[in-house]
Amino acid sequence: MASDWPLWEIFIRGQYGLSHRHVGSLHAPDAEMAMLNARDVYTRRNEGVSIWVVKSADITASAPSRKGPMFDPSNDKTYRHPTFFDIPDDVGSM
Amino acid sequence: MFEFLLRMGDNTLVLGHRVSEWCGHAPVLEEDIALANIALDLIGQTRLWLGLAGEVEGQGRDADALAFRRDAWDFRNLLLVERPNRDFGHTLMRQFLFDLWHLDRLADLCRSADERVAGIAKKCVKEADYHLERSKDLIIRLGDGTDESHARMQAALEALWPYVGEMFTDDALDMEMADKGIAPLPSAQRARFGAALNGVLSQAMLTRPESDFARQGGRTGTHSEDLGHMLATMQFLQRAYPDARW
Amino acid sequence: MYAQEVKSTGRGVKTPEEMSAQERAFQARIDAGEKIEPKDWMPEGYRKTLIRQISQHAHSEVVGQLPEGNWITRAPTLERKAILLAKVQDEAGHGLYLYSAAETLGVSREELITDLLAGRAKYSSIFNYPTLTWADIGAVGWLVDGAAIVNQVALQRTSYGPYSRAMIRICKEESFHARQGFDIMMKMANGTAAQKAMAQDALNRLWWPALMMFGPPDAESVHSAQSMAWKIKVMTNDEGRQKFVDQTIPQIEYLGLEVPDCAARLNPETGHYSFTDPDWSEFFAVLKGNGPCNADRMRARNKAHDEGAWFREGLLAHAEKHQQAAE
Repeated sequence: MASDWPLWEIFIRGQYGLSHRHVGSLHAPDAEMAMLNARDVYTRRNEGVSIWVVKSADITASAPSRKGPMFDPSNDKTYRHPTFFDIPDDVGSM
Repeated sequence: MFEFLLRMGDNTLVLGHRVSEWCGHAPVLEEDIALANIALDLIGQTRLWLGLAGEVEGQGRDADALAFRRDAWDFRNLLLVERPNRDFGHTLMRQFLFDLWHLDRLADLCRSADERVAGIAKKCVKEADYHLERSKDLIIRLGDGTDESHARMQAALEALWPYVGEMFTDDALDMEMADKGIAPLPSAQRARFGAALNGVLSQAMLTRPESDFARQGGRTGTHSEDLGHMLATMQFLQRAYPDARW
Repeated sequence: MYAQEVKSTGRGVKTPEEMSAQERAFQARIDAGEKIEPKDWMPEGYRKTLIRQISQHAHSEVVGQLPEGNWITRAPTLERKAILLAKVQDEAGHGLYLYSAAETLGVSREELITDLLAGRAKYSSIFNYPTLTWADIGAVGWLVDGAAIVNQVALQRTSYGPYSRAMIRICKEESFHARQGFDIMMKMANGTAAQKAMAQDALNRLWWPALMMFGPPDAESVHSAQSMAWKIKVMTNDEGRQKFVDQTIPQIEYLGLEVPDCAARLNPETGHYSFTDPDWSEFFAVLKGNGPCNADRMRARNKAHDEGAWFREGLLAHAEKHQQAAE
């Protein structure tokens, strides 16, 4: 509908040192107002130190139907994980 | 000093009440939530100012006693803040004009010779800073939005303009506060306010009214009819059940 | 609850043999406790039922601002005013989170609100009752939010990811709501004779509508089975109601008030209270629009929306002008 403001996705950094995390969405006419609305809607309980707002339409998401080809191939590359390697205790921490 | 603190606390009390009247009735959910935040800040500020006022008075009245047990002629708020909400444009314009004055006033009070006043001002100034950012952004957008939003904002500005001058009028109490270093004279703010206002109005494509007529009386207790109605609502429970604790 | 009469597909639950391979795989994911996400394949019935339920829930939060908002300007102290305002503001926030969750299913908030304002959508019957005294603000927080939380805590486990995440956030925020209501009730019940009378009166009036919040008895609730299988609903109406009664009657006794249902008895063997059913004909009348405040609530929402149109359009027009200027 014509008078519906665009939808924005809101990402908030909860504490310094942490990544921004998706917390939800809201409507706003433009980016600046989306920022102010995000502050008012999603940080009412002291939840944030930094906010990102992204127009929902600007997000490209992976397709669930491509879940297999996208994510399964990394399943069997166990050598990428430190537990794959047996290092003798004598060597000390590594 | 007591009177000075009432002037600060009654402004936030009355405006906080007016803004809270919107809760559940704003044009869009995001705005409903934002307005409630502003009202909550103002109510919180009221508790600080009127709490200190009660202490200074030394007659055992706390912030609630001052808020709920005084009649209109004892209120010391600006006439501007008791103006009824009318349409959303009036509400936003009233907020913007107040915020523009309030932030500047609080910034001054952060340097008050009275540490208690400076302490309260330092807490409130951040809140006022955000309020102004929000109200200014909305004024600019609505002034430069549709023909209708422009017309409504211009009408609101004209309707509220006579209440602007009262913010910058000095009286004997102001002189005393200035002499003691507690608060600078209100008139000292006028030029800064004017310059900032012109900047926003030009971005908002709004025309500053030419009249310099300034309605007076709020700061000395002569209010509009609207305040009496507001207090009748606000004070109802405390008046009807004077023995009760809530 | 906040969605008391969600119409599902109308058909019963399909057996595995009746399902397509896709439907079977979908049901298997739900049975395994996996969350369904917006872009995943889902049966059309699942999507439609969810939209109805989440939007009814959202409408309830937004309309639910009105009865409590009725007392913001009359709150008796500055602290009570701030607490109530913060609480009613939270309801707006919860409405917003829920509309957002519904929007992930391919409807817009504007469409959903248009349905509400045209009287085509439902919201919880409880918000069509008036708040007549300050004690009602205590009773609404205590009973209505108390009832809601029973259901909402369970709904955190719902199968649809965005709905579940909204419920988790809502539950976290709501935890103070029922407490602030009970806090008001304690002050009133231990206050002057007039305050105590107000507290009892509020309890008497709101007890039955609070029981109705859980929806009709399971035996008459035709839409539950499919929703339970899909984990859109995770607790039956009767289970929720029983839990609410069991937790609330001891609280009434603590307050020193009379339980409005004189037949309510604790069964020492089961640990559950037996209680009288509310008047279901009243419940259906309220749902049909004949509650004490239906018309007023809708008038208030329509007025806010209509009178706010110029504001929403003004901001949008400004944004479009500036986007064009930037391009």
